[in-house]
Amino acid sequence: MTEFLTSQFGVSIILAGVVFGILQGAVAYCIYFERKIAAWIQDRCGPNRVGPAGLLQPLADGGKMILKEDVIPGHVDKNLFVLAPAIMFIVAFVGFAAIPWGGQLELGGKLVSIQVASPDIGLLYILGVASMGIYGVVLGGWSSNNKYSLFGAIRATAQMLSYEIPMGLCILVIVLTVGAIRLEDIVLPQTAYWSDVIPKWNVFLHPLAFIVLFVTMLAEANRTPFDLAEAEQELVGGFHTEYSALKFGMFFLAEYASMITSSALLAVLFLGGWHLPWIPWAQPEATGIAAVIVKMLVMGGKIAGSLFVMMWLRWTLPRFRFDQLMRLAWGGLIPFTLGLFVLTVGLLYFDKHQSPLWTLGGNAVVLVLTLAVAGLSRRDVTGRPASLPSLEGRSLTHGRLAGDVS
Amino acid sequence: MFLGWIESYAAIGVTIAIATGAAMVFLILAHTIGPKRRGPVKDSPYESGMPVLMDTHRRFNVRFYIVAILFLLFDVEIIFLWPWSRLFHHVATTGATIPLENGGVAGKEYLVVGMGMFFLMLVFGLIYEWKKGAFRWD
Repeated sequence: MTEFLTSQFGVSIILAGVVFGILQGAVAYCIYFERKIAAWIQDRCGPNRVGPAGLLQPLADGGKMILKEDVIPGHVDKNLFVLAPAIMFIVAFVGFAAIPWGGQLELGGKLVSIQVASPDIGLLYILGVASMGIYGVVLGGWSSNNKYSLFGAIRATAQMLSYEIPMGLCILVIVLTVGAIRLEDIVLPQTAYWSDVIPKWNVFLHPLAFIVLFVTMLAEANRTPFDLAEAEQELVGGFHTEYSALKFGMFFLAEYASMITSSALLAVLFLGGWHLPWIPWAQPEATGIAAVIVKMLVMGGKIAGSLFVMMWLRWTLPRFRFDQLMRLAWGGLIPFTLGLFVLTVGLLYFDKHQSPLWTLGGNAVVLVLTLAVAGLSRRDVTGRPASLPSLEGRSLTHGRLAGDVS
Repeated sequence: MFLGWIESYAAIGVTIAIATGAAMVFLILAHTIGPKRRGPVKDSPYESGMPVLMDTHRRFNVRFYIVAILFLLFDVEIIFLWPWSRLFHHVATTGATIPLENGGVAGKEYLVVGMGMFFLMLVFGLIYEWKKGAFRWD
């Protein structure tokens, strides 16, 4: 028995259960922190009645969701209606399997990875699982037989499809730089140093790909400013308008779980995963139990930082219009990331892909080129219908007349 | 250390089983606990209290179809870039060669030229679609 428990497969299975449990709790507390951060930004108190500082609020919410009536309206397609939240939930919690949480642990003289699974196609696996989430949204919106739900689902699908392309290209930039698709092999090269000081995190090589990947992750998770699928003022609740009680809760859990997955992926690809410079426990050589705990805390800290920025943005930025959203994806991010891809291929060809001077210079060139093209094509970016009177001779900025008041 | 691919996929299977089990438990909980009070109002679609006008599953804007088709094209093209990137990194960093059909060998130049042709078509397609107005949403 102990032999099985200390083998990699035993550790993987234990870890699968533990990570699932931790994530359930983390997701519940994400919602609490989202409300607290909203309150902090808007100068309110936030939840503070249930338990000290409102800390038991997630438990109370969960209990309430279980006890509420689970309405399945008469007009819905019942099977798909029940299936949709289940798909969302399963898909959101399966992507974690390939994330390396804490390097390696020495157990009974052998090294085991603190990771549920390490498939050779780790990155493709996470991308594939993440894009399965669209099925939950589409089926939920379609089966609800409600116009708001349907419009929300269609919008969400178009948006998630469009932003998957720049997301894939950003990840390809890292694949080209590191030459690995397995997530462990992407973390390991990042634990080295340049001139013994600066860690070789990929964010220092490709800051633009990092930013674009973060933006596309916001769009994939339907977060503000990309939350058109559930724009309350236009579509009530979007695709989950007809859902109530625990089914609604499952959509909520899934949304936050996918935010955590994408944050973890961001940390692994660009921020060195569990690595923290100069801390002896957060180095690949350290394999004790204390080292694993420190590494998991470092990883958790990086995820929490990314989640905080997502929440901060939600209460800071207004929502896009749908045409702006589509133009940003197809006219902005896709050509831009194609440029980054070409840049990385060129750097790799001349064997400069690990030299920060060259990659940062290349990033600057791509950025300047993009800004130049965007500046030259500004007149095309107004969104004024052709049926309205001509604006010949008047300059336009962002769809509004220059000199207009209000 | 993971020794074989089979234990990775078995562990993924266990994860899927745990998540599916939890989802089932949640659905059953939602179905059993909680009151059941149905009525004609609860059975009708929630559309801000307005009387429901038309059937929901009608035609919708064709531009969503265009986005879906373009996504299919682009995503297939980008999936093609994945194995190429892995191979190109290997060839460019180790100086390995690729055997050709005529008996010769090719290096990284071969890969770059091949992908360059493909990539130009991709970019040309994007520009063509842009000029054609496939992305005009206003």
